Amino acid sequence: MAIGWYLVVSALIFAIGAAGVLVRRSPLVILLCLELMLNAANLALVAFSRMWGGEDGQVFALIVMVVAACEVTVGLGLIVAMHRRRLPIDVDDLRELQG
Amino acid sequence: MSAVLFFIAAIGAVTGAIGVVMLRNQFYSVLALVFHLVSLAALFLLLRAEFVAAAQVIVYAGAVMVLYVFVVAYVGGGEEMPTRSGLRIIGPLLALALAVELCVAMLGTALKGISGKGAPYLPGFGTPEHIGKLFLTKYLFPFEVASLLLLVAAIGAIVLARRRRGLDPDEEAQARVHRPLPAWVGSMAEAGGIHFEEADGSPESEPVRSQG
Repeated sequence: MAIGWYLVVSALIFAIGAAGVLVRRSPLVILLCLELMLNAANLALVAFSRMWGGEDGQVFALIVMVVAACEVTVGLGLIVAMHRRRLPIDVDDLRELQG
Repeated sequence: MSAVLFFIAAIGAVTGAIGVVMLRNQFYSVLALVFHLVSLAALFLLLRAEFVAAAQVIVYAGAVMVLYVFVVAYVGGGEEMPTRSGLRIIGPLLALALAVELCVAMLGTALKGISGKGAPYLPGFGTPEHIGKLFLTKYLFPFEVASLLLLVAAIGAIVLARRRRGLDPDEEAQARVHRPLPAWVGSMAEAGGIHFEEADGSPESEPVRSQG
């Protein structure tokens, strides 16, 4: 398959993830949608790595996976802390930092 | 053959992504993301990125998703009401515009490579051996920074999710109910039917033999 097809799939997944971040209310699902966007970027990186025949893109994809794992850990820790303090798990209700 | 596999995996990945966004139950959203990640691993395999595909399945679909499932079970992810704001209509439109723009930006460039099948395949491309060599020579600094980031994130998660010193007001009330039991509880005297007076709270009070 031509590399362009992979890039189209990557763009579609990124847009779906962005739509999820805008539409959903639960921080858990927003984290899931952030994962979708990071994975779309990973797919583009690996596709370009295949296009150039170098493995540098794959190394970057692995580092993106590390960053995503860190982000998930801290985000889920925040959600657990919110649940423990009986705060609503809902981004529309958590407006205290909105300024 | 590779075209058929590509379309199966691509449709799976896009369907999983749509499922993450559309499904109301958070638990099903997580399961849809697992499906999406496995399909994406198949796409990575088609792009000759064996090690990235294996890491994707093991790290993401295995470890990270288990963490998600645990947190959904702990928080009790129920049904979620749709958002009240106007983003509900504007959000998908913005996403559609973003997808079209990205496709135009990437496919409309004069890059010759994207219409081809990529560079000629060399044996050993994308194997753990090559990736590991790159990580420990050319990309040693990002590798070390990534390990530091993992350490900081692990400590941060523990600090965020740990129990604070002192208890919440209702937890304190609960703790008052379960106050330490008197010293004679579980003793042989109690088993023999002897009850101690609890009114003054002193275990040294006169034992009272029960009626039975």
